[in-house]
Amino acid sequence: MNTPFVYQDIEEILSRYEKEETPLLCILEDIQEKWGYLPRDVLGYVARRLGIPSSTVYGVATFYAFLEVRPVGKYVIRVCKSTPCHVRGATDVLEALKRELGIREGETTKDGKFTLEVTSCLGVCGVAPAMMVNDVTYGNLTEERIREILALYRE
Amino acid sequence: MAKTLREVAEKAQAVSLVTVTIDGREVRVPEGVTILEACRMEGIHVPTLCYLEGLSAWGGCRICMVEVEGQPNLVASCVTPVREGMKIWTSSKKVREARKTNLELLLSNHPLDCQLCDRNGSCELQELAYQFGVREIRFQGERKVYEVDQSSPSVKRDPNRCILCGRCVRTCREIQTVCAIDFANRGFDTVISPSLGLPLGESVCVNCGQCILACPTGALSEVSHVEMVWEAINDPEKFVILQTAPAIRVSIGEPFGLPPGTVTTGKMVAAFRRLGFDRVFDTNFAADLTIIEEGHEFIARLKQGGKLPLITSCSPGWIKFMEHFYPELMENVSTCKSPQQMFGAVAKTYYAQKLGIDPKDMVVVSIMPCTAKKFECQRDEMCASGFRDVDFSLTTREAARMLKEKGIDLKEMPEEDFDDPLGISTGAAAVFGATGGVMEAALRSVYEILTGKTLERLDFYSVRGMDGVKEATVDINGMEVHVAVAHGLGNARKVLDQVKAGRSKYHFIEIMACPGGCIGGGGQPIPTNLEIRMKRIEAIYQVDRSLPLRKSHENPAVQRLYEEFLGEPNGERAHHLLHTHYVPRERM
Amino acid sequence: MFYRAHVLVEMTSSSVALGAAQVKEQLEREIARAGLGNEVKVLETGSFGAALPSPFVVVYPDNVIYAPVSVRDVRRIVEEHLLKGRVVRELLFAGERGGGVATFIPPSPLKKEKRVVLRNSGLIDPLNIEEYIARDGYLALAKVLTEMTPEEVIEVVKRSGLQGRGGAGFPTGLKWEFTRKAEGEEKYIVCNADEGEPGTFKDRLILEGDPHSVLEAMAIAGYAVGANQGYIYVRAEYPQSIRHLEVAIAQAKERGLLGERILGTSFSFDVKIRRGAGAYVCGEETALLESIEGKRGEPRVKPPYPPQKGLWGKPTVINNVETLANIPPIILNGPDWFRSIGTPTCPGTKVFTLTGNVNNLGLVEVPMGITLRELVFEIGGGIRGGHGLKLVQTGGPSGGTMTPDLLDVPMAFDTLPRYNSALGSGALTVIDDTHCIVDIVKNFAEFFLHESCGKCTPCRVGGKRIVDILERISAGAGSPEDLEKLRYLGQHMKATAFCGLGQAAPNPLLRCLEFFREEFEVHVREKCCPQGVCTMRPKPQPKKTVRV
Repeated sequence: MNTPFVYQDIEEILSRYEKEETPLLCILEDIQEKWGYLPRDVLGYVARRLGIPSSTVYGVATFYAFLEVRPVGKYVIRVCKSTPCHVRGATDVLEALKRELGIREGETTKDGKFTLEVTSCLGVCGVAPAMMVNDVTYGNLTEERIREILALYRE
Repeated sequence: MAKTLREVAEKAQAVSLVTVTIDGREVRVPEGVTILEACRMEGIHVPTLCYLEGLSAWGGCRICMVEVEGQPNLVASCVTPVREGMKIWTSSKKVREARKTNLELLLSNHPLDCQLCDRNGSCELQELAYQFGVREIRFQGERKVYEVDQSSPSVKRDPNRCILCGRCVRTCREIQTVCAIDFANRGFDTVISPSLGLPLGESVCVNCGQCILACPTGALSEVSHVEMVWEAINDPEKFVILQTAPAIRVSIGEPFGLPPGTVTTGKMVAAFRRLGFDRVFDTNFAADLTIIEEGHEFIARLKQGGKLPLITSCSPGWIKFMEHFYPELMENVSTCKSPQQMFGAVAKTYYAQKLGIDPKDMVVVSIMPCTAKKFECQRDEMCASGFRDVDFSLTTREAARMLKEKGIDLKEMPEEDFDDPLGISTGAAAVFGATGGVMEAALRSVYEILTGKTLERLDFYSVRGMDGVKEATVDINGMEVHVAVAHGLGNARKVLDQVKAGRSKYHFIEIMACPGGCIGGGGQPIPTNLEIRMKRIEAIYQVDRSLPLRKSHENPAVQRLYEEFLGEPNGERAHHLLHTHYVPRERM
Repeated sequence: MFYRAHVLVEMTSSSVALGAAQVKEQLEREIARAGLGNEVKVLETGSFGAALPSPFVVVYPDNVIYAPVSVRDVRRIVEEHLLKGRVVRELLFAGERGGGVATFIPPSPLKKEKRVVLRNSGLIDPLNIEEYIARDGYLALAKVLTEMTPEEVIEVVKRSGLQGRGGAGFPTGLKWEFTRKAEGEEKYIVCNADEGEPGTFKDRLILEGDPHSVLEAMAIAGYAVGANQGYIYVRAEYPQSIRHLEVAIAQAKERGLLGERILGTSFSFDVKIRRGAGAYVCGEETALLESIEGKRGEPRVKPPYPPQKGLWGKPTVINNVETLANIPPIILNGPDWFRSIGTPTCPGTKVFTLTGNVNNLGLVEVPMGITLRELVFEIGGGIRGGHGLKLVQTGGPSGGTMTPDLLDVPMAFDTLPRYNSALGSGALTVIDDTHCIVDIVKNFAEFFLHESCGKCTPCRVGGKRIVDILERISAGAGSPEDLEKLRYLGQHMKATAFCGLGQAAPNPLLRCLEFFREEFEVHVREKCCPQGVCTMRPKPQPKKTVRV
């Protein structure tokens, strides 16, 4: 990571929450949105700037499913495994994705493009089974639709 | 516990009382206490794991569950305040089953190899399993397997043995304000992790070892030097010298069944002599030496307008804390090495010469109430003699284990004296073991050196005791010298922040990393709690009172050392051997 | 500018997941291409619920509904309907197909429906405050600020009998009163939009379709309890809700309906959005507060309860989105009106979300007291594929398990507990009889394992052991004692877990163990899965005796 450039960007994010009382989670979310994950050095930097122990920052960063402390693919695919999707074929969706991507849950493709994760309810049970690719949701998934959707991101 | 509860009960006169029924007996307890506290006042010691006196209540382990009539679920007594008319049952079938099941669940994700554990015999999980009569684990399943973290020179972490009670986390945060560790991940994957998921050795951990005292299981323990010490003892080529810290003589009886607060100096010397050390010396000798050096440093700063306040440097946990969190106060900290390191430097130079042996064949072992001493003796700068000044540092617990391995029962030992000359010391050195002791010892000498008068009353009561921050003002030649004493790093912060802000009136500050000072150190026997700490402190002052000499500058062996070898206090040779420097460290 | 027609496109997370954004883009492109850019305007709207398949498009003022619409259909709608004025019959909403042109404005397509919290959803452009105001929006706030004392507001809410719609059903008026009476200069209103219960997405559709109704209610709550700052905690999975809220807050501030000295009175109230980051447990109110405070979302010790010590230790009201959306109509129409809906002990409406193996998926708002039969078989259109009903999970995995014998129980907060069930958030996950009960219960248990915060032993380890045992059973390695262990662990977790979530987690397990005992027993006794779902071998067909 290019140090001076990145820290300037983090400073910009920090400045968004100057007036907030407890902005840690907001800041971590914004950083993740920008870089896809939370590098260790960045967490340390945020800890120092906010005057919060870095062990606490790390504890928060590892608590939430949407925050990543390890590098992930450019596109994070989150497949819903909760009951409404489960009873409409989420297992098949997950299997199809594993087959298509050649990876298992929690893994990232070799080209660094996709990370496959399972998640709890995405709140779009009306179109179950569903998944999210970064912050775009896809519903009524079938094997064919999965191939179409992946093709969009493979380009 | 007992003390605070008594206090609570005494205060009960002033606060309003509520009536509750515990196991069918109606009792009156102060309003606002928890069910757990109320039960303990009534003599029922509800079992706990995540609860620890002095820390905030957590309520996570669910061992202290009790039944409250009218409530559908059981309640955790450690976090539930009593209410008027509450009917509490502490050993109903429901309660007993719930406690036992939670214990079984913890055990189902815990190695069942007590024989291989550091805490075999002093483990709270083991003890509860015995008390509850656990004979099988009904709920088997996946067990988490983690790597043991041996990166720290002082503290070993074995997450496999961790039950996630969080006592270490709260101790590190609330008592020490270091916050080196915290919970990470969630659910079944939850672990206690050092800063940023790094190994402990790369974190801000100051090695104080208070987390080890807080840990109910073997998840945290000291990095052992026992094998290296046995090897040295059994090596005929090596001349092995032992030094014992001031706090050891008032605590090492405990692992042998003696009540806390028993002074065992003579028996301890005899025991270690029988363990095979070539000489049994006393760190107290070096404590007297420290007072001479530090006292002169203080006098010099006072007279020449040097950086004030001067802050003591005996506690290596405090030193690393300063290097991480208060590097701007580095110049305020005395350049004096700690007594452990002064001893090593003198042993491998002055004493080696006197004895006519090559210092490379000399091994200096210390027994310390401390885990940070293991780190300290490995610091790069600690080799003024040209060798590692101190080779190995054992905790009180390790030392007791070695004695037991050999089959030495401390209780049965005769009373023997330390060897000459590095075994001679004064009462001033003895009090180093308790919070306020270094300050008191320094004041006894500084006063007499500056005024040329004899102190009439040697006891500086205002710097003694368990108050977090203590202060005193001493009139020296018409000058008011303000001093402060803090123990526990959270308390230290209060004083240091004042100094940093320029709002401090103090000339001299003593800081000890551990609550109670060295007698409460992270290397001391388990349990170490408030009550036991206070008993050890009483014993420390008993040692002081019993000694013929009670001022460091009157120590004849120290005087001879200056005459024969060091020259002037703070002189060139003294400076080379007995003083050190510090390095700023990452704050994160 | 005057437009001769408005085209509303359903823009919700569900519809976007099915291509609504592309439909909207295509509409704009085709309208421009047809030269209608100055005559026809494309607008976004919220969901219309289970009544309409997503994404739908409505053409005003003709009141014509097309549903579902794909990108391929757009050109025909533009060329035929907008350009030539001819309704495209094949694309009409199936319910109306052949029945002539649809009437979009209520009466709603669903007879049982009663819209209170969804009063505007699907009818207004949620990104335009004018449309909300045109439908009496912010009138309740104006009334409260100019005609009522805070005590009177609380009295109205208390008398309405409104209960928290997040799942617990606690009386909202009481919560407000406790907070008002709590000592403290600073107080907070927190809106819980961390809707994580699987099968629930009502709050999302309210926020996406009618964000101002929640903002207005928060300001009313602020006035009633003496708070000047509100927070909406929205889960990370709802980016669209966050976007709509951001726009709505900005518009309300611009209009002086939020911010300093609202409507020229001395009352000031501001709302900030806080985003979750993927943690179900943050739906627990004290865990949610921890999360806003930037900490791990672990529940707090209670008492003290949030009305005494909440956000940053200050008295705090925490209300669910649906609860709040009820407030403005209650203020405007009075508590008696509200009490006239639903049941005497549980007044008002409830938004249910129909999910799982049911024909019509989506949400519907109906009076409390409706039966499950009406919801599943009338509104939901019955079980998909003609299968039988196995169970309906209400309120997500922590709620209640409704077996076919309970189809005629009135659905309300106070009735379901009598059947060891719970209304919860109103999620209805319909499960047909092709599913295996061990597999379903394992799915519930895995959810809790994934979402446990890890603080307390029974939930962290007990929850894991429940999954371990279920895995064993479904792999054909279970024993009859395992069923007893499951029951024991379930009850243990219920009795000793730290927070409400851990205590509720074993509910479906316990209920299913009882009701589907036989199916469990076949798994452990005969080591086979009658439904052929588990990884073990399927149940062998009984051998026919061949007579020679």
